[in-house]
Amino acid sequence: MISNLGLRLKSHFRTRKKYKSYEQQKAIWGFIYVLPWLIGFVSFFVIPLINSFYFSLSKVEMKEGEVRVIFQGLQNYIEAFTIHTSFNRTLVESVLNMAANVPLIIVFSLFVAVILNQEFRGRAFTRAVFFLPVILASGLIASLESSSLIEAVQAERVGSRFINILSSFELERMMLQMGVDEVIVQYLTGAVDRIYEIISQSGVQILIFLAGIQSISPQLYEVAVIEGSSGYETFWKITFPMVSPLILVNVIYTIIDYFASNAMTDLIRETAFNTFNFGLSSAMAWVYFMIISIILVVCTYFISKGVFYQE
Amino acid sequence: MAKEKKQFSLKKGKKWLWPVVRAVLLIGLSFIILYPVFKKISMAVRAKSDLYSPIVVWIPQNFSLENFRYAIEMMDYWRTLLNTTVLCLLTTSLTLISCALAGYGFARLRFKGSNLLFAGVIFTILVPPTTVFVPLYFNLREFTLMGLIPLITGKAVNLMDSYWPFVLTSITANSFKSGLFIFIFRQFFRGIPRELEEAAYVDGASITKTFTSIMIPNAVPAIVTVSLFSFVWQWNDSFYTTMYLTSAKVIATQLASLPYNLTIRLTQMLGGSAKADPFYLSMVQDTGILLAMLPLIVLYLFTQRYFVESIERTGIVG
Repeated sequence: MISNLGLRLKSHFRTRKKYKSYEQQKAIWGFIYVLPWLIGFVSFFVIPLINSFYFSLSKVEMKEGEVRVIFQGLQNYIEAFTIHTSFNRTLVESVLNMAANVPLIIVFSLFVAVILNQEFRGRAFTRAVFFLPVILASGLIASLESSSLIEAVQAERVGSRFINILSSFELERMMLQMGVDEVIVQYLTGAVDRIYEIISQSGVQILIFLAGIQSISPQLYEVAVIEGSSGYETFWKITFPMVSPLILVNVIYTIIDYFASNAMTDLIRETAFNTFNFGLSSAMAWVYFMIISIILVVCTYFISKGVFYQE
Repeated sequence: MAKEKKQFSLKKGKKWLWPVVRAVLLIGLSFIILYPVFKKISMAVRAKSDLYSPIVVWIPQNFSLENFRYAIEMMDYWRTLLNTTVLCLLTTSLTLISCALAGYGFARLRFKGSNLLFAGVIFTILVPPTTVFVPLYFNLREFTLMGLIPLITGKAVNLMDSYWPFVLTSITANSFKSGLFIFIFRQFFRGIPRELEEAAYVDGASITKTFTSIMIPNAVPAIVTVSLFSFVWQWNDSFYTTMYLTSAKVIATQLASLPYNLTIRLTQMLGGSAKADPFYLSMVQDTGILLAMLPLIVLYLFTQRYFVESIERTGIVG
């Protein structure tokens, strides 16, 4: 009798389970699939983020392997801004460098993407070369490379460095004589001198633009050809509006990528692990994060106003 | 007639002008990209005596593999290579699994609040790792697994200087730049037609089954892209590696300490009183960098065609 009841109950539940709709099932599985990430998100991101904010308002001491956190208000922020010798300067420099490089990287990568999208012999090889910086110019290798003594001295000896300065000097003089504003001239010649830096930072951006250009439907170009549009017009009327959402993506990516490792992050790191001033380091990191957020919000606001969406 | 001919040649001129300009540009830029690699190769194979020789610019007069010998010895190269490869493969495969799951979850298996959580993913991309790394360091130094481990062993475990931080962060899709990987996977899975999974459902496939046997085989481009990025970034990463691993020998730590080790070694060889030649140090350091890059270049040679093709179909574009 009881077993019979159990069986009936069991079959009852089984049918109940079967009636769970596809959508419900999907929702449950969706949560299960996301769960590993969620656990990590909470334990390796949210909690550290909150702690980091708390640290920034406290005095953090490490004694005999034990961490002691004493709340002290805005002391660390005041120290960072008014007492620390290089914080302000490093911060301003990082932001200015970023502001100088981002437009160059975006223009350059869009230009290269358009070229790499065209048909020509050796395209596969050229593409492979242009994406090489994605592999090589990241992290440690890039930072060691820039400090290589031999490279600098070799360049000096061969004289290429001298010629390099001379050439952009010439360019500078010509442009100044033409009546171009001095700031713009300095900026452009500076860009020519930093060409390696710019190329090595624009690998992923080229990839994104290239992917975007490839996804533009060929019919649009066919129409343009039939209507007798020139290559130049086609670029500004079709390619550029169609990839403009990606300009936003790329600007954001470039800013984030730039801010992930520069002089400022080194300073934050050194403050934490060389001088063991964890509170100050957290305060610096939060100021840094706030500034990045403001820059991102401003950029997103202004660019998204000009972006063309097909819908 | 003559006018017509002139016009014709002008048109023709215009036709080949652009390819020439383009070729010059591309060759120039390619040279700039490849220059450091060529330079390193050239530096690495020359003997010490060629360093000051004014006639040697690219091709050394005396070939020598001494630099390699030193760099390999100093970095303990083979063991380092093995360690790094194991570490990178481990994190790449775990990251791949966790990010693919999360990406599919966010793309197709919507549940209440999934958009909010996806905003969380975007947020992890935006926050610089320096903001969270101090508490993260403390957390992993005294790891409790949400208070579970002290219940069993009585005290927290120190996970520093082991592979555990890497394993834990990548199995939970929170390792270096994994927000970006989740984003790539989500965009890719959104691009796969919904009819495909509906057909699978009608044929009686469960959601897991649909995922493993329909979605994954179709997601090869995204998988290749994410694996390559994840592997390479882990390989080159010095931020987390130097934080988590203090004594284990991996490329990032070995390369960072190479100049220091080399100075000590060469000073010892010279008898302790004289200072080592800084140029020679730099030369061996360049060789070390070359050795660190070499596996990546080989990997890239094999995957680049696939990679360049796949990125176009990955649909990062959305």
